[in-house]
Amino acid sequence: MGMTITEKILAKHCGKDSVKPGELINAKIDLVLCHDITTTPAIDMLEKAGMDKVFDPNKVVVTPDHFVPNKDIKSAEMVNRIRKWVKKHNIKHFYDIGRHGVCHAILPEQGHVVPGMTIVAGDSHTCTHGAFGAFSTGVGSTDIAAALATGELWFKVPETIKFVVDGKLPKGVYSKDIILTVIRDIGVDGALYKAMEFTGSTITDLSVEARMTITNMAIEAGGKSGIIEPDKKTLQYVKERTDEKFEIVKSDADANYSVVRKYDAAKLEPIVAFPDLPSNGKTMTEISKMQPIHVDQAYLGSCTNGRIEDLRIAAEIMKGRKVAEGTRMIVVPATTDIWKQANKEGLLDIFMEAGATVSTATCGACLGGHMGILASGETCISTTNRNFVGRMGSTESKVYLASPAIVAASAIEGKIADPRRYI
Amino acid sequence: MAENKLTGKAHVYKRDDINTDEIIPARYLNTDKEKELAQYAMEDLDKTFVKKVKPGDFIVAAENFGCGSSREHAIWALRGAGVKAVIANSFARIFFRNAINNGFLAIEFKGAADKIKDGAGLEIDIKAGKIINKDKGEEYSFLPLSDFAVELLNDGGLINHIKNKGAKR
Repeated sequence: MGMTITEKILAKHCGKDSVKPGELINAKIDLVLCHDITTTPAIDMLEKAGMDKVFDPNKVVVTPDHFVPNKDIKSAEMVNRIRKWVKKHNIKHFYDIGRHGVCHAILPEQGHVVPGMTIVAGDSHTCTHGAFGAFSTGVGSTDIAAALATGELWFKVPETIKFVVDGKLPKGVYSKDIILTVIRDIGVDGALYKAMEFTGSTITDLSVEARMTITNMAIEAGGKSGIIEPDKKTLQYVKERTDEKFEIVKSDADANYSVVRKYDAAKLEPIVAFPDLPSNGKTMTEISKMQPIHVDQAYLGSCTNGRIEDLRIAAEIMKGRKVAEGTRMIVVPATTDIWKQANKEGLLDIFMEAGATVSTATCGACLGGHMGILASGETCISTTNRNFVGRMGSTESKVYLASPAIVAASAIEGKIADPRRYI
Repeated sequence: MAENKLTGKAHVYKRDDINTDEIIPARYLNTDKEKELAQYAMEDLDKTFVKKVKPGDFIVAAENFGCGSSREHAIWALRGAGVKAVIANSFARIFFRNAINNGFLAIEFKGAADKIKDGAGLEIDIKAGKIINKDKGEEYSFLPLSDFAVELLNDGGLINHIKNKGAKR
């Protein structure tokens, strides 16, 4: 029996020829990604246990992102604590304000992700980096502490569900629509404990950035990881950013999948996840039959959809148009470099001229931190990944999840809108 | 060794997909102190929870408990509030992992939310893998904890486990 890409990566990292789903292993970790919220508890734990060490400072990347620029005194203290720790352990890859970015956007952008590696972070959206053919998964602070100190971590080898997406995406349909459709179909626990492997001609046709939107949301179906086999596009993206050596790992033809699901891309539509679950997707056809849904806020950003291509898609729609009266739009380029690039391309001007505001990179309002919190009774259409009760502010507010194109179109119309009429 | 028998009252939330934003909202994540977090435990789901919960109590829920973010603060907030175990039909992966790593009991029992009524007095026998519903005089078997989870429970979590292993070497 062959192995999936995930099984192969895990086998290699625990020094075995093969592993099987359900097997408990101790795997070597190639990269630990640290942000502000979950890292300080890990540092505390290690200090308390008398184990304050870092297995390899070059294999640790630190970027405070959730509450930056510091939202209050407590957050400021947290980041300061991290700064001291970074200095003490001589960690070079530290992206402080001015170089900062949302951790899952900055990690590949700065060349830290290569195919075949194992990555953990104290953040559920760590599954993003599977877009590069890496095993990458979100863990807690205790895991981060253990990984930092030992360079290893326990895992139960997951079963894999294969999603085969073939065909050409219709106009106005993007990778966000693919993943929201998948989550609608299988539910928020449809891939519980499992790896989600995405393949097919549609996935191959997607840019590397667009693929990241898909793997990013694997956790929203309960998945342990999302993964896409590396191809020419992956290698080009990676080689432009790093000289790091790596091995390309792919699934065997006779690998074992718990389920295989097939999608015809041509049949997909723009889709919006209604409150209060990412699985609550409704297509534009369904929405067109409903009463208009007014939006108070349109939010473009996050590790899901805050990259340059996302900003380009939204700017293309917003160029020469205005954000509707009674609606506000917040644009948050996911990293400092994306911000600079968007500025160079004139995208930020387009947003500002349209009456939107542009912020510095932060996770900010995506998790109800700061920089765009919702009041009771308010509605937000957002390119982010979660729409749980109170996710972006008041428990009486509502969050709808969608692609950058839908968010841009909705900002213009002041209600949830079909982007296809602007493309 | 961890205690083998636990007794307490059940706080039942008969719902699927109770997420970490509800267990401990992100606005409180600027601290990691259990006692501070405890004041806000379950706040976005049930504002009265912290007033009702007594040390040693249990939370009972349906499918996919703890879905959403990786914040271990969810475990700390519950533990800080006195919760000894969560009993659910199923758990989200990272919450379950965090529970194991903290030596905190996350008990999988498929009928949890249907069979256990809010306020019921429960006894959990970890070794026997049984929940005794004192109100109904019923006994339920739960999915046994893995050997590894038991090891971590007895060691008081992953960090102590690693420390102990290092000491034995």
